[in-house]
Amino acid sequence: MHDKPILQVRNLKKQYGPGCADCADPANRIIEKNHCPKCQTVYACRNISFDLHEGEILGIVGESGSGKSTLMKCLYFDEAVTDGKAFIRSYQGGQTNIFEESSQQHRFIRNYILGMVYQNPILGLKMDFSSVGNIAEKLIAAGDRRVKRMEERSKELLEHVHIPIARMKDEPKKFSGGMQQRVQIAKALSNNPPILFLDEVTTGLDLSVQASVLDLIKRIQRELGISMLVVSHDLAVIRMLANRTIVMLNGEIIEQGLTDQILEDPQHAYTQQLVYSLI
Amino acid sequence: MQLQTHFALFDEGSKKEIRRAILKGVAIPGYQVPFASREMPIARGWGTGGLQITLSIIGKQDVLKVIDQGSDESVNAVNIKKLVNKTTGVKTTIETSEATIIQSRHRIPEVPLTEEQIMVLQVPIPEPLRWVEPSEFKTKKLHAENDYSGAWLMLFEQIMKYGKTATDADHPVLVHDRYVMAPSPIPRFDNSKIHQSEALILFGAGREKKIYAIPPYTNVVSLAFEDYPFEVETFDGKQCRLCSATNVFLDELVNQETGSTEYQCNDTSYCLSMLNEDGITAEVEVAHAR
Repeated sequence: MHDKPILQVRNLKKQYGPGCADCADPANRIIEKNHCPKCQTVYACRNISFDLHEGEILGIVGESGSGKSTLMKCLYFDEAVTDGKAFIRSYQGGQTNIFEESSQQHRFIRNYILGMVYQNPILGLKMDFSSVGNIAEKLIAAGDRRVKRMEERSKELLEHVHIPIARMKDEPKKFSGGMQQRVQIAKALSNNPPILFLDEVTTGLDLSVQASVLDLIKRIQRELGISMLVVSHDLAVIRMLANRTIVMLNGEIIEQGLTDQILEDPQHAYTQQLVYSLI
Repeated sequence: MQLQTHFALFDEGSKKEIRRAILKGVAIPGYQVPFASREMPIARGWGTGGLQITLSIIGKQDVLKVIDQGSDESVNAVNIKKLVNKTTGVKTTIETSEATIIQSRHRIPEVPLTEEQIMVLQVPIPEPLRWVEPSEFKTKKLHAENDYSGAWLMLFEQIMKYGKTATDADHPVLVHDRYVMAPSPIPRFDNSKIHQSEALILFGAGREKKIYAIPPYTNVVSLAFEDYPFEVETFDGKQCRLCSATNVFLDELVNQETGSTEYQCNDTSYCLSMLNEDGITAEVEVAHAR
């Protein structure tokens, strides 16, 4: 616990829109939920700060529109932050604010340090390319230029996520939702990233497939010790995966702590409502 | 005939704009410079990009050669030659060594080019990443961020599917250690001719509105994986049926009567000069042309 966190996020802000006199000042802002009724500016993430430690799974839970996915996209540079800082331990000794780096550096961080599994496999995979090719894409991006080695690694990963060998050269568009999701996970893992982002990975999958994907994530964390940030609106998923949990509402963190603690003894009124509505 | 148009068809403003795009292309080897592609007397996709470059760089003392897939006599090559000749009055030739400007579709001549010559290639799809990324907005960004994993992925997929890279033509190249570029649909056989070329090579894509360039003596490397080296088409043990040339790019022809496969130089003017050198008279089938 005394180690330096692998990822530190400080005061991350993301807004859509210019803001106006009523909403620009964070201290006395007049907004409804997360948007300004006057100028329609949306404050998707407001002052988000947290640490991710080595080998830990950190859950982020909250209702639709609470800013979970926006936070994820900002951290993976799919969206530019409005303000804030983040430091990665293995990138320049954790001294550089990654949000201020050039887009070439962002690409480097994505290719070498981060892995991302999107809710929608279309965002993470090239549906018309073979599964092996999809995984190789990430390896190529990380500078590998040996076909045989990449093919071996891809096969090993696909085996790891239980894709039959016979279907390795098939395109993900021919796969079921659960299989697509597992190919995505294999791709994200291909260059052993120290940090993995999982955005609603089980949403839309049926229960038995959900269970196998969750199993897979647990196993990966145990075997490879990868730190993960797991976003979900499903408390059952969070309960199963996360060591610690952050609860978000309207773009803000309203509660955080050990997952058990949050589920057993929620403090904030919204968290209480969320936990008690869990079937 | 009294010329009714400007010299080289274009008004001076158009020429200036295209020359500026060419200069920018030369300054940034392999980078696709957008330009305002003009409406031409031939249809887009028939060499308007190359024609616009030729018309904006040509001068009265130039000698022009136009080839289409290695042939000086194809309809397209002849028409382009006629158009340029009628609007400029410059001399045209089929002799590669005589020409100062060579406009070509899909081939680089067999006779080595010199510093005095400019090669103009017609390009259908200038974007090497188009196959993996349909959005121009995104490919521009990928070039800027030096991310060419898409071009490599295309080759990787071909190896997965066919056991080797399957680019017949237009095999992507890395120019001056920076930009990945589509060399236009020249056969892989011609890729090595761009590397350290003595002649300036200009690429014009009329429909896609892009101009790019390889200045003389620039490093141009064909993309290839470490364990799958770049290979060119081989014609081992084969020779031209007319001039007996080897080590040139050969066309494969099937004799309709006997059903046998024959080979012939793709570069017709090279073949002709070989025949003249040796004083050989060759009979060429022209019946189908009547």
